[in-house]
Amino acid sequence: MLDVGRHSNIALLAYSEVEKVDGQAGNFKVTVRRKRRYVDEDKCTGCGACAEKCPTMVPDAFNEGLGSRSAIYSYFAQGIPSTHTIDPDFCRQLKGKKCGICEKVCQADAINFDQEDKIMELSVGAIIIAVGYDVFDPSQIPEYRYREIQNVVTAIEFERLLSASGPTEGHLDRPSDRAVEAEIAGFEKNLKKSERTLEKLEKKYDEASAQFYDKYQQGQYQDDEDRKKWADRYAAYLTITKSLDDLKNKAESFTVAKRLAFIQCVGSRDFRFYPFCSGYCCMHSIKEAIIAHEHEPETTSTIFGMDIRAVSKGFEEYKIRGGNHSNITYVRGRVSEIMGGPGNNPVVIYEDTQKRQVESQEFDMVILATACAPTKGIVELAKIFGVELDEYNFIRTSPLSPVDTTIPGIFVCGCAESPMDVPESVAQASSAAERAAEIAFQPNL
Amino acid sequence: MPENNDQDIRIGVFICHCGSNIAGYLDMEALSDYAQTLPNVTFVQRNLYSCSEGGINEIKKGIKEQNLNRVVVASCTPRTHEPLFRSSCEEAGLNPYLFEMVNIRDQCSWVHMREQEDGTAKAKDLIRMGIAKAALLEPQESIMSEVCARALVIGGGIAGMTASTALARRGYEVVLVEKEENLGGMLNHLNKLGPTMTDAGDLMEEKIQEIVQHAKITVFTQSRVTAVQGFIGKFEADIETQSGVKKIDIGVILMATGGRAFVPEGLYGYDGQRVITQLEMEQLLKNGLNSDIKNVVMIQCVGSRNQERPYCSRICCQIAVKNAILIKDQIPDATISILYRDMQMYGVENEEMFRDSKAKGVRYIHYDPARSPQTESDQVRVYHSLLGREMALPADLVVLSTPIVAPEDADVTSQLLRVPVDENGFFLEGHVKLKPLDFATDGVFLCGSARFPANIREVIAQGLGAASRASIPMSKGSVVVEPIISVLADEDACRGCGLCVALCPYGALEIRHTEKGRKVHVIDVACKGCGVCAATCYQHALTINSYTDQQLEAQIDAFLIED
Repeated sequence: MLDVGRHSNIALLAYSEVEKVDGQAGNFKVTVRRKRRYVDEDKCTGCGACAEKCPTMVPDAFNEGLGSRSAIYSYFAQGIPSTHTIDPDFCRQLKGKKCGICEKVCQADAINFDQEDKIMELSVGAIIIAVGYDVFDPSQIPEYRYREIQNVVTAIEFERLLSASGPTEGHLDRPSDRAVEAEIAGFEKNLKKSERTLEKLEKKYDEASAQFYDKYQQGQYQDDEDRKKWADRYAAYLTITKSLDDLKNKAESFTVAKRLAFIQCVGSRDFRFYPFCSGYCCMHSIKEAIIAHEHEPETTSTIFGMDIRAVSKGFEEYKIRGGNHSNITYVRGRVSEIMGGPGNNPVVIYEDTQKRQVESQEFDMVILATACAPTKGIVELAKIFGVELDEYNFIRTSPLSPVDTTIPGIFVCGCAESPMDVPESVAQASSAAERAAEIAFQPNL
Repeated sequence: MPENNDQDIRIGVFICHCGSNIAGYLDMEALSDYAQTLPNVTFVQRNLYSCSEGGINEIKKGIKEQNLNRVVVASCTPRTHEPLFRSSCEEAGLNPYLFEMVNIRDQCSWVHMREQEDGTAKAKDLIRMGIAKAALLEPQESIMSEVCARALVIGGGIAGMTASTALARRGYEVVLVEKEENLGGMLNHLNKLGPTMTDAGDLMEEKIQEIVQHAKITVFTQSRVTAVQGFIGKFEADIETQSGVKKIDIGVILMATGGRAFVPEGLYGYDGQRVITQLEMEQLLKNGLNSDIKNVVMIQCVGSRNQERPYCSRICCQIAVKNAILIKDQIPDATISILYRDMQMYGVENEEMFRDSKAKGVRYIHYDPARSPQTESDQVRVYHSLLGREMALPADLVVLSTPIVAPEDADVTSQLLRVPVDENGFFLEGHVKLKPLDFATDGVFLCGSARFPANIREVIAQGLGAASRASIPMSKGSVVVEPIISVLADEDACRGCGLCVALCPYGALEIRHTEKGRKVHVIDVACKGCGVCAATCYQHALTINSYTDQQLEAQIDAFLIED
C-alpha cells in the first residue's frame, strides 16, 4: 500500500468510481467520478485530530461492525491515502444539525462542507480491473443461524477479533459476552446520570435518598409531587443497580472462547448458492485456528469440511502441523445445522462421514468459512467496461489467456477473475501488468 | 563516547507526537528537555506530526536556519517513514545518510501504554543512543548501475516460452536455453489440457511458431547454462550449445526449469503396462484407447502426502478427473473409480470439471492412507472409509496419480544461480506471499513448476508475471542501490578466507586475486546490507555503511551511560 502511495508513476484516485469507458486498446478515454469527501485532499495531513473530536460514533466497517468509528474517518489507521472522509449518512453538520467541530479543530483548514463530486477524464492505453470480491452473507443459510446465535461469526469477523489492533485487541471475547459488557457500560452511564440527579435532590432536602425512601414507603410525603419524583427516581436507581449487579455477576464468569468450530464451504460447493470451491477458505480456517491457539494455548479447534484443500506450497505441511501442534481436529463431514445451546454456546450438528455417525458438539464459538462472492456492482461495472462475465459473475477469461478479458486492452487480476489466495493474486497482478504494458508501452525499437 | 573531530557536529532532534499515538503515553516535555542536554545537540523541536507537510517543513527550516549537519527524528518506524525523512533532508541540502531515526512509537508508547514512566525512560535511552550514532554518521552516495536489456530464460516449457514471448513483445532481447532437443517441455508428453480440453500439441506448436518467428528471441536447444557470473543488470552466462560454449551478456535471468513426474517404482505393482502413471495415461489417450478396457481404477496421492514427500502436488486430482472424463468420452460404458484422500478441485473451473465427471458416472471412493488400496492381478482392493467396508474393484487398467517433483538437477541450478531450494527441492521464492515470482537475489526470477506444481492457467499467468517482474529493471535501464552496503574497510586485514562469501545470501561477495593476495570484493549492486559478512569476519575487515562497528559501539556505550 505504501509502495503504491509513494510511487511517482502512480496517481492514486481513491474514493472514486469509473462511470464511462470509450475507445479501444491503446487509446481509452475513462470518465472517473471523484466522490466528495468533504475534506480537501491536498490540505488534509491525515493527522486524525478531527476523528478524535468528532462526537458522532458509527459502526466501524473495517472492523466488520464489531467496533465503532467517528463520522469523519479514515478507513483504518494505516490506510492509504491517509486523507479523512466525512460519512454524509451520519455527520451532524451534513444532516443539518449544529456541529462543525472537525472544521474548528482542523489545523490544515481541510474541511469543506460544500465540496462537490469532481468528474475527471483519463487517457489510458490499457485497463486492469482488480475490484476483488465480497464475503458471502451466511444469513442466507437458515440452518446456520448466523445473526440469530451471537457466537456464530464469519471468518472475516473472526479475523478482526484475532487482530491485535482489532476491537478486542486480539482476545477472543465472545460476541455474546461483549454484548453483555456493552449493556453494563450502558447501565453504568445511566447509573451515573441517576446518581447526579439524586445528589441534587439530596442536597435540596439535605437527606440521603435511602433514608427518604424508607419514610416515603411508610407513607410520608404522599401529596408532595416533588418528593414523589424523587421516590420514582430512586426506585429507578435501585432497578438499575440491581440489573447492573446481576450483569456484573454474570460477566464475572466470562472467559475467552477456547472451543472453536470452523465450518467450511459456507455458501461454496453448495448448489443453492455458489457451486464452485472458493479455494482459500480451508487454509484461512487453519491459519485462524493456529493463531487462536498461539494466543491462548488452551484453545482447541475442530474444522468441519468435505475435503481439506491445502494445495499450495507448504500448505499440506501447515495443515498437518496445525493438527499436531495447535490442537486442530479435522472432521470430514458437512455441518447440517447449528443450534443455540446453554450459556450462548452454539451446538454443531454434523455427520462424521468416517465414523458414519450423526453427532452434536457444543462450542464456545463457531466460525463460518464463507464463500468468495462476486463483488456487488460487478454487473454494472462489466457493462461500463463492456467485458463479459461468467455464469457466476466473475470476469470471464480463458485458461490460455488467464488475465485477458473479452475486450482487448482490458485485463483482470485477483478475485474479480475467480477465487484465489494471496500468492496467486500477486502473481496474477504481475501477469496483468505485463499484458497491460505490452499495449501501453509499445516498443519503439 | 567517541567524538568525531572532523567538523563541528550540529545535531537537530525532532520529536514527533504522532497525534496522541506517542504524546498520549509518554512525557513529551521530559523527552525534549532531556534531548537538549545531550552532546552535539544544538536544536530540539516537538511536532504534532513530523511526517505531515508542516512537520517536514519544520525539519527543512531547522536544517537551514540552525545550520544542522545531522538530523535525528524520534517517531515511528523507519520501515514506513525513513525514506520520507531522508528525502526531506536531501531537499534541504543535507546528505540523506546523515539522518538517523529513533522508533519511540512502536518500541515505547505502543508497547508500554500503561507504563508512562518506564516508557519515557526507554524513549530517553533510545534517543540518547540515536544521537550518539548520528554524531558518527558519514555521508553516502547511492550507487547506480546500468542494466543490459537482454533476458536469459532457462527452460523452454510453457512457462519459459510464455515469458520469452511476452518479453519479446515488449521489445527486449531474449536468450532461451532448453536442455532437450525440442522446446515444449512437459507439453511434449501431454494429451489434452483441462478444463477446456485444449490439445497440448496444438498449443505447443503455436507457441513454438511464435518463438521461432520472433526476431528478438534466440533459442539454444540441447544446451545448458554452465556458469553465471555478475549481478543484476550485468550478468554473464556461459551456455554450452551444440556448437561450443557461448558467452552472453544479460541483464536478468528467468528460471523456468519445470518439474518432472515422479515414477512410482515399487508402488502398487507399477509396471508401466497394466499399472501406469497419469503421464503414461496421457500417451494412451493420445494414441486412442483399446476398447477392451472396461474397468479403470485411479489411485491418488501415490508418492505424495507421505513421510518422504509431505506436500500435496496440487494438480494430480485435476489431471485424474480430466483423464477420467476423456476415458469416458472414448469408452462411454467404462467404469472408472478414483480412490482419493481429498479431492483437490479448488477454484471455479476445477470444481466444475469435478461435477461434470460425476455427471458422466465417474465414481469416487475415499480411502484412508492408514489402509491404503492393494493392487492385485485383476482387481484393486480398497477399504471404502465412508461405507466402512472392503471393496474389490475389477481393474483392466490401474492409473497412479504421482506428484510433480523437482528436476534432478535442481541443486546444480540452485548453486549455479546462487538461489535457494525448499525442503522438497522446489525453488524458493523471495517471499511466499508477496514475492512469488522473485528470488531474494535481485535480477533473478522464477515461474512455473520449478516453483511448485501448477496447472496450465497458473503456469501461463506466472510466465507473464515473471516477464513483468524481469522487465522492470530493463525498462528503467539502470538500478539504483542504497549505499548502506558492505565495504572492505580494512583491505590489509582481509585474509581472503572466503567465509563471508560462503555465507552471503545474495551472491554479493567474491574472492579476487589482487597484488596483495586473495581479497574479498563486494559487488555493490548485489549487496543488500544485511550485515552477515561483517558480523562473520573475524578480522573485522568488512563493515556496513551507516552500521559501522564504531557507530554501533557508540550506541551501546550510550545505552550503558547512567543518566
